[in-house]
Amino acid sequence: MSDLPPYPPLDPTTYDLIIVGTGISESILSAAAASSSSNTSVLHLDPNPFYGSHFASLSLPDLTSFLHSSSSLSPPPPPSSHDHNFLSVNLVNRSLYSSVEITTFDSSIHEDHDSRKFNVDLCGPRVNFCADESINLMLKSGSNNYVEFKSVDASFVGDSSGELRNVPDSRSAIFKDKSLDLMEKKELMTFFKLVQAHLADVATVRINEEDLESPFIEFLDKMELPPKIKSIILYGIAMLDYDQENEEACGGLLKTREGIARLALYITSIGRFSNALGALIYPIYGQGEIPQGFCRRAAVKGCIYVLRMPITALLLDKETGGYKGVRLATGQEIFSQKLILDPCITVESKSMSSLTDQQKETLRVIIPKAISSNGKIARGICIIRGSVKADVSNALVVYPPKSLFPEQLAAIRVLQLGSGLAVCPADMHVLYLSTVCDNDDQGKTALLSAMSTLIRPQVPESLQSDPVVENDTAEAKPVVLWRALYVQELVKGEFGGSISSASSPDGNLNYNEIVKSAIKLYEQLMGSGELFKEDNPTEENDGGAENED
Amino acid sequence: MHGRPRKAYKPEEEAASAAKAAKLRILQTQFMSNHHNKIYTKEAVDLSTKLLEINPEAYTAWNYRKLAVEDKLSRIESDPDLVKTILDEELSVVESALRQNFKSYGAWHHRKWVLSKGNSSVANEMRLLDKFQKLDSRNFHAWNYRRFVVELTNRSEQDELKYTDNMIGSDFSNYSAWHNRSVLLSNLLARKADGFLPNAKIPDEYELVHSAIFTDEDDQSGWFYHLWLLDQTVNVETPLLTSSWPSHGSRINLSAGCLNDSFSKLTTFCSESGSFPLILYFDQAVGGVSSATVTIDSELKGNEDLVWEPVSKKNSQMSSVWVAHLKYMSSEPCFRKEYEVKVRVGNSPGIVSSRGCNFSKSYEFIFTAHVHDTVQGSQEDIVSWTDGFDIWDAESKDLYSLVNLNRSNAQMDFKWRQEAIAEEIILFRKLSDSKIGKLTLARLLMAKAVISDDVVKGVDYNEILELYKDLMVLDSSHYQYYKDEHSVALLHKVTSSTDDLSRHLFRYRNMNNSVCLRLNNLSLSRIASVAKLLFVQMLDLSHNELHSTEGLEAMQLLSCLNLSHNKIRSFSALDSLRHLKQLRVLNVSHNHIGEHSVDTTRYLCSSPLSNSEWTQDEVGRKTPNLVTKYWDAYFVLRDLNLKQLDITGNAIARDEFSSFVLQVVPKLVWLNGKKLES
Repeated sequence: MSDLPPYPPLDPTTYDLIIVGTGISESILSAAAASSSSNTSVLHLDPNPFYGSHFASLSLPDLTSFLHSSSSLSPPPPPSSHDHNFLSVNLVNRSLYSSVEITTFDSSIHEDHDSRKFNVDLCGPRVNFCADESINLMLKSGSNNYVEFKSVDASFVGDSSGELRNVPDSRSAIFKDKSLDLMEKKELMTFFKLVQAHLADVATVRINEEDLESPFIEFLDKMELPPKIKSIILYGIAMLDYDQENEEACGGLLKTREGIARLALYITSIGRFSNALGALIYPIYGQGEIPQGFCRRAAVKGCIYVLRMPITALLLDKETGGYKGVRLATGQEIFSQKLILDPCITVESKSMSSLTDQQKETLRVIIPKAISSNGKIARGICIIRGSVKADVSNALVVYPPKSLFPEQLAAIRVLQLGSGLAVCPADMHVLYLSTVCDNDDQGKTALLSAMSTLIRPQVPESLQSDPVVENDTAEAKPVVLWRALYVQELVKGEFGGSISSASSPDGNLNYNEIVKSAIKLYEQLMGSGELFKEDNPTEENDGGAENED
Repeated sequence: MHGRPRKAYKPEEEAASAAKAAKLRILQTQFMSNHHNKIYTKEAVDLSTKLLEINPEAYTAWNYRKLAVEDKLSRIESDPDLVKTILDEELSVVESALRQNFKSYGAWHHRKWVLSKGNSSVANEMRLLDKFQKLDSRNFHAWNYRRFVVELTNRSEQDELKYTDNMIGSDFSNYSAWHNRSVLLSNLLARKADGFLPNAKIPDEYELVHSAIFTDEDDQSGWFYHLWLLDQTVNVETPLLTSSWPSHGSRINLSAGCLNDSFSKLTTFCSESGSFPLILYFDQAVGGVSSATVTIDSELKGNEDLVWEPVSKKNSQMSSVWVAHLKYMSSEPCFRKEYEVKVRVGNSPGIVSSRGCNFSKSYEFIFTAHVHDTVQGSQEDIVSWTDGFDIWDAESKDLYSLVNLNRSNAQMDFKWRQEAIAEEIILFRKLSDSKIGKLTLARLLMAKAVISDDVVKGVDYNEILELYKDLMVLDSSHYQYYKDEHSVALLHKVTSSTDDLSRHLFRYRNMNNSVCLRLNNLSLSRIASVAKLLFVQMLDLSHNELHSTEGLEAMQLLSCLNLSHNKIRSFSALDSLRHLKQLRVLNVSHNHIGEHSVDTTRYLCSSPLSNSEWTQDEVGRKTPNLVTKYWDAYFVLRDLNLKQLDITGNAIARDEFSSFVLQVVPKLVWLNGKKLES
């Protein structure tokens, strides 16, 4: 980004809101602000040449350079300020990624012809539930017009044996399931019906308050569900991370109320759109389409976009220490009431010492804290030839805690996507893996274990002495062509008065947590309620712009 | 569409609908005048198109279009291209009408009419159907039409079966899909299509429906299909002979009057007419029983061209019970002689079930008839049901041959059926918490009883009876159904073995120690197991809860019947007794006859107004107003040969009725316990 083309100065130079970074929460906020009744003027910047920031979908070379470069990026030296009315505080980009490890097993994948056919998510594995808050907001804002979704065909629960069992997540899935015996079908469906009746508020079958406050796992035990079904409900449907049988490891058990809410999201997702097969959908061309959709919406509503435009410094009022504006990489100074920053932007450590308490207070959300105890997310991406399950292209696989190896603390989720979603060439699949972890090694070990169960082991090309000899026993498993492993830090969005920060990708499968925090941030920023209020009439005919199949 | 609440109209919607109605009325008037004047110009036809687009239910308009099409076709000779254009135009009108309302009978019918004219392509129809079945997968119009198209295009039933697989897979509550599946499977099984043998296919179907029932036992569709499967398992299409009287290997004593004590009362039959009934009892209604299909080989003279009569309630030619009367007192006396009678059923083809299946295979049975002298004159004493009964000391050997049915003619592949039922029983014990679970278990246990080839090994009738008792309490709205089923099970139990049956057999002292079957005080509401009781001549059904005598018509030997203290509400409920030519003693005292001014069972019989013969007979001429008033009693009693009748304790039993009875049954000796002066 050092070879920035000369950029004409921006005009106007004053805005109500400046947003830096085009991740999912920044994009929602800019679209919501630009659409709000108060005609908020918004400038939306991104240092990268693409939309989406840490939520982008990129080609393999772009992905590689983003994972690596953002860790080594240092902003260009700040041009000296001509205006001494303001105090300038230098900013730096802190990488969210660590232990980045990228291996090519088959160099043909980098041939120009193929490498541009990839749209690989940085925040994978990630899907949308049909009844997600993210989908609600897209419909409400009209940004659904820019994105098309397809169904995830199947979801499975796996274990160390390599066998993948269907998640019987609906009435017809239970009916068709071959691995459940008749009594298990009955038990599972009875439980689903209880949840549905509870949600429909049928007085006679409501789950009582005491149960709702008790741990979900205890409630499942009380329902006398066998272990197999409990595991399906907890990890295959409620998508929990931590082992609920082990209270220590998961740092607090999930309450029944929350568990039921998660099941409710799943259940209401099934059948929300008549053309969706199950609960889960995925945007064609990758998850990066979603922030981009919100940005396009914002642009239509008058938000100004400048990509490839880092900011180098914040401008504070000398007197009050309050926020005034930002300095762009071009040296231009732009002013605004409020600022929202990408989670990787922090104050340069050497400028910290000279700050007054007042100034520190203004900047508090972007001052780097001690490495947070929020935990980390280990992510993996594999480009494979073949599929982890015959005849299925787009599928979710969940490995519940302890299912792969005894020390496995958290669930590992794997999402396979195929060329039907325009994320890779026709004969390949992209496999995303993630698990929450306390440290890099632990996370990577878990992901490698899942990979070795699903994929045929292969030596990196540089170490290959002979052409690979096909191993008969592993024939059915897919071959890995390219692999990335990295660990991402978790940063939560925070409201800080005039300067706020947005959320990094979290460890969940969907955007619900991030969207909720964005909505909260919006309320705090604008001091008012609903996003995309009194907006589009498209709200009513929802399914229309959804799924293409 | 299902499960969509109806919304109240908003004022603006009401206004719009009023405007639409006004427009429709104008169109309608114009259209009707075109129709009456037989105007089939383009403008006129377009008008009907417009009308149908707004209201696809206007069936007059569809009929008008049919006339218009015929008119056009008659003008253009036979240019195939033009014909096609005309018909395609109709198809597109139907399609847009269906888009408006895909449940329009008229529109679907019009489409069928157009297609049956030929000339138009049917390739489009499957695509159209897929669209409509996606809109509403249970839309029976679409399913009906689908069957029509399938027939027209000769699409294979296997392919259609796969289609139901998909439909059931996506929503197993689709009753239409299950139904279509049962129709397709019946056809495939009936013509033994490749791989479609019941013993291979039915178990697979059980597996499929188990998944549906266990996944959601509150859903009816699976249970319906299960019931159908159970029926397929228990019943065979080919008709079978269940029992006969006389039975195979039995020895019967015949006489014109009464015989002395030295003969088995069970196997003695006396009749002044000098003939005895030969009864054939099939497992389902059949037709075509005649002297050609059933041959008799015997020295008994005069039985060459036997007349076989169906014993059915409605005078149909289909019945599960057939009777012929064999003469044993023909021209020359042939006392004290034994005759062997060989009966061959289905000797030549012709016995056919209502579904068109032929009687399995010719079946032969032999019995001996022993003809005796008349010892005493006929008896005129009153038959009292209250006393004079002695416990019957078992002539169990005789009884065994009478009760045990010979099913050797059943060429059924019993083994897989028994295994299938046994498996079902194990499985459905797990669902016996619910009402339908209990009912299914009871049905399965009964099926097991029916299908066991030996006399009931391991069928626990008490369990069945308990299940129905539970159901009567749990589900009072279907009380009567469970009660009836309970009665059926109880009668199966009573007739299941000679031991069980002999407990209900008594000697009646007053009538020369005749054998009486007493099934009183069992709270029976329905009669069953009659096939095993064909030998019974004296039957006590008093103190039960019977509403009707249906089923008794097969008991052609019955001469004394006690129905006192039951729930019979009219004489038409006794209609089946008209077939009992031997019946002499009938007690219907303390029932509810005449209590209900409006009795629905009366309407099951033909009304006197549709029958002119009664006016011709004597009673009818003398007292037409009484015949009109008591026509139901008249039709039953007129056909009986009663000597003794008891009707006390019924609302109808007043003087007027008694005197009417005396006119209708002049041969009556005892009425209401009093001897009549002759």
